[in-house]
Amino acid sequence: MRTVRFDRRDHYRHKVFPSPFHARQQAHNELKVWSRWFDYLSVPAYTCAQMEYFAGRNACGVFDLTPMTKHRVSGPDALPYLNRLLTRDVGKIRPGRVGYSVWCTDEGQVIDDGTVFHLREGEYRICSQEHQIDWFLISALGFDVEVVEETHDVAALALQGPTSCATLKRMGLDGIENLTPFGLAHFDFQGTQLMVSRTGYTGDLGYELWIDPGHAEPLWNRLFEAGRLLGIKPMGSEALDLLRIEAGFILAGVDFMPAQQTVRPTHTRTPFELGLGWLVDFDKPVFNGRRALLAARERGPRYRLVRLDIEGNKPAHHSYVYSTRNKNIGWVTSAMWSPSAKANIALATVAAPHGEPGEEMRIEIYYQRELKWSRMMASARVVEGAFYDPPRRRETPPLDH
Amino acid sequence: MAKQYDAIVIGAGHNGLANAAFLAKAGLSVLMVEKNPYIGGASVSRNLYKDWIYSNCSYVCSLLRPEVYRALDLARYGLQVVPYGGSVTLTQDGDYLGSYIDPDASRREMARHSPRDADAEVRYWRDIMRQCRFIRQFLLRTAPDPTSFKPRDLLELLHLGREFWKLGESVMYDTMRFYTMSIVEFLDEYFEHPLIKAAHAGSGIIGSALGVMSPGTAYVLLHHAMGEVDGTAGAWGFARGGMGAIAEAMGACLRDHGGEIVTGSGVERIQVRNGRATGVALENGDEYTADVVVSNMTLPRTFLECMDPADLRPDFLTKVRNFKIRGSSGKVNIALDGLPQFTALRENRELMHTDMHLIDSVERLERAYDDWKNGIWSQDPYIDMLIPTLTDPTMAPPGKHFMSVFVQYVPPKVHGRDWTDADRDAFGQTVLNQIERYAPGFKNLVLHAEVRTPRELEAEVGLTEGNIFQGELTMDQLLFNRPIPGYAQYRGPVKGLYLCGSSNHPGGGVMAAPGANAAREILRDLRKPNTVPEGWLDD
Ligand SMILES: Cc1cc2nc3c(=O)[nH]c(=O)nc-3n(C[C@H](O)[C@H](O)[C@H](O)COP(=O)(O)OP(=O)(O)OC[C@H]3O[C@@H](n4cnc5c(N)ncnc54)[C@H](O)[C@@H]3O)c2cc1C
Repeated sequence: MRTVRFDRRDHYRHKVFPSPFHARQQAHNELKVWSRWFDYLSVPAYTCAQMEYFAGRNACGVFDLTPMTKHRVSGPDALPYLNRLLTRDVGKIRPGRVGYSVWCTDEGQVIDDGTVFHLREGEYRICSQEHQIDWFLISALGFDVEVVEETHDVAALALQGPTSCATLKRMGLDGIENLTPFGLAHFDFQGTQLMVSRTGYTGDLGYELWIDPGHAEPLWNRLFEAGRLLGIKPMGSEALDLLRIEAGFILAGVDFMPAQQTVRPTHTRTPFELGLGWLVDFDKPVFNGRRALLAARERGPRYRLVRLDIEGNKPAHHSYVYSTRNKNIGWVTSAMWSPSAKANIALATVAAPHGEPGEEMRIEIYYQRELKWSRMMASARVVEGAFYDPPRRRETPPLDH
Repeated sequence: MAKQYDAIVIGAGHNGLANAAFLAKAGLSVLMVEKNPYIGGASVSRNLYKDWIYSNCSYVCSLLRPEVYRALDLARYGLQVVPYGGSVTLTQDGDYLGSYIDPDASRREMARHSPRDADAEVRYWRDIMRQCRFIRQFLLRTAPDPTSFKPRDLLELLHLGREFWKLGESVMYDTMRFYTMSIVEFLDEYFEHPLIKAAHAGSGIIGSALGVMSPGTAYVLLHHAMGEVDGTAGAWGFARGGMGAIAEAMGACLRDHGGEIVTGSGVERIQVRNGRATGVALENGDEYTADVVVSNMTLPRTFLECMDPADLRPDFLTKVRNFKIRGSSGKVNIALDGLPQFTALRENRELMHTDMHLIDSVERLERAYDDWKNGIWSQDPYIDMLIPTLTDPTMAPPGKHFMSVFVQYVPPKVHGRDWTDADRDAFGQTVLNQIERYAPGFKNLVLHAEVRTPRELEAEVGLTEGNIFQGELTMDQLLFNRPIPGYAQYRGPVKGLYLCGSSNHPGGGVMAAPGANAAREILRDLRKPNTVPEGWLDD
């Protein structure tokens, strides 16, 4: 059962709709604060963002990702179509596997990033931040494929953290421990199909659970029963944001502008400028943006998206970035004090040629103490890889941490 | 002996008022002469029936340059613009397409008709906003003369070129196409659903003697999207108390700076001696002299009706005579005994607060245009109507309403002959019947209706042929070609004569930009300190 309905004219009376997990979320939402994520009510924090963050790194946290935009791609030309649409070689994503990708305009500018689930031979799901049906259908011209948005027909939970695998085992998902990172498997759940993928947005051991909305609440209940002794907690979007920054993951609309909504022409980015050049496979003869991206590779990037390790402990929210010669070279897009890495970290955009690994930079940080604002210049270094990268993320089977 | 002023401004439309206010602020002694017994021109509030106030020409505000709003201190002089947000298009089969203030509700509403179009809307607005950003920066600038070698023109041309180049390759292509294509062609690149296209197409033809399939209408849409309310791009609002509130605030500002306004008698002649404008003679015989004479009237009215042809060059007069200023719109202002019940909106009060349109396809819009070409008002007219009193409590008694009904298409002449009162009444009936079809019982609520055809608009406001923009907004009459090549910098063909109305760059609408720009040029010529603000840049 969908909880979002706009087939009737009076949909406008609801500016936002409950998620299929709403009743459970409501019971847990002690702060009684709700935020909006497109069509759905979402929870910024149930009890305390920091505690929920630690559930994600120390036990396990459950996040409702139903509002994430989801598309189903099927039909005889599904693979050639996806190879046309996406920058990477989708043929390498075998059935039962998941791949991360970006897709670009003809000008080679990133429209969005997302995950591609090869559900079964020739059938795919693409998850993204932004709505994409317009571009997906434009790109489908000449392919024998069916592309439909299925956001409201699939309820989804992220279960992330060290005890996530143990929780799923207790839930009775046989063999779940053998699922490798970026693998997916189907299980029976109370007569319906439960899809579980070893994916997530936290850079930790974790899974995402996909089910029809009618079984959302029972799934939530079973999960919490199974995880009761393993520290399971519902997790809000604030905690998830901290987890994803630590993992070094970027967010559309925050760390880069999706090309389809960017008015100012120089504000869009190529995959190279987002550090995602590894997703562009020029061995493919055609794909959207290929020609422009070849030229862009030749020209070199205009910008670089970098990960910064910043001195001190004051988060560099909304900061300017300077070169060591005090030239303004960019700005911070996401920042936090990382409790797990014990470091002051940030994602930033800087003008090329700046942004080489190891490069020193200076960050202008504003911070407030008892209303008074102060400013400091902190030195920072460009680092590679995730800020926090626990080995359990890759272990198969994972230990019962 | 006529009284001597530094400047005389002919016509108290909002552009004339803004112009005069900026001149007065610079310390000039300014006289404003207006033929009507009230000020405002097409930006006016009229009390024509009991306790009702009508915005009887223009009715919604977005284009008014915020820089002018602020520089003339209009807030302090009583102007308040309240956004209403949203719009709705009603169809003949009783459905509708709403646009809500809430972006998600709006997207879902569009998705109710076409999920794909709901998503394409993002791309559509991006492209519209790109074009808006480009032209917005030229609104408070004087267009360069491309044939001139003056440093100022060269620099301005260079600026234009640089900004154009900054758009980036693909947008540059789009810009060239945009100014020459039809609104339907443009919409076809984004949308599939007939209602969604029709709903977007309307603002491509408002005030234009063109059909949705005529080249050039894409720009007209842009002209309606480039405004803002409090920084919200493309938003529209009501001036509290009606559009006259804008003129009244400007008038108060002008008087505060020592300006005088004389109403009730029009200018019969702009006087010229030795190739110089020297003053004006009014219909009532009064004469005033000044070194600077500024006309807020339309281009043809200024030169063909208020000047001696012997004072002008024949090639100039030919161009003036051929200036495209065909009327295409009408207006019906209605006092209502209560709120009408639109079949489609029976329970949706939220959308009744917004801009309501009656149309369901671009083909129907094109057929409405066919009637205009055939010399008759559209028998199935496109209607753009609002009930400001749902937002503004000052315009009608509580529980009663004022309804503003803008109608497209209405020709300047009926089958080639002048309008008669009977024609006007028949046109009014066409409009009321059209609304009645969507809101049964509507006509029983009508207490009073003021019906305005191009004839009334010309006779009362002085809008030649009833063209609401004081001249059509087509590429051949925009930027350095507005109103006519060689005269785009607000200076007339005789010394001391200036133009400040919507006939000039950047065109019509309650924008105050032509008036402000003209003031800047006059002050420049007089070597007075500039009081006209520069445009606020977006980046
Ligand atoms: C029906 C209608 C609806 C509109 N709707 C909107 C809208 O909703 N929003 C929007 O932004 N724009 C709208 N417009 C357009 C906008 O109102 C006009 O483009 C704008 O108001 C023109 O202002 P102006 O100062 O340039 O000239 P005008 O308002 O035309 O002023 C010219 C003045 O000169 C006076 N005059 C004429 N001849 C003489 C003379 N011989 N001697 C002395 N005075 C003279 C006139 O009486 C008038 O006061 C609408 C226009 C009309 C007609």
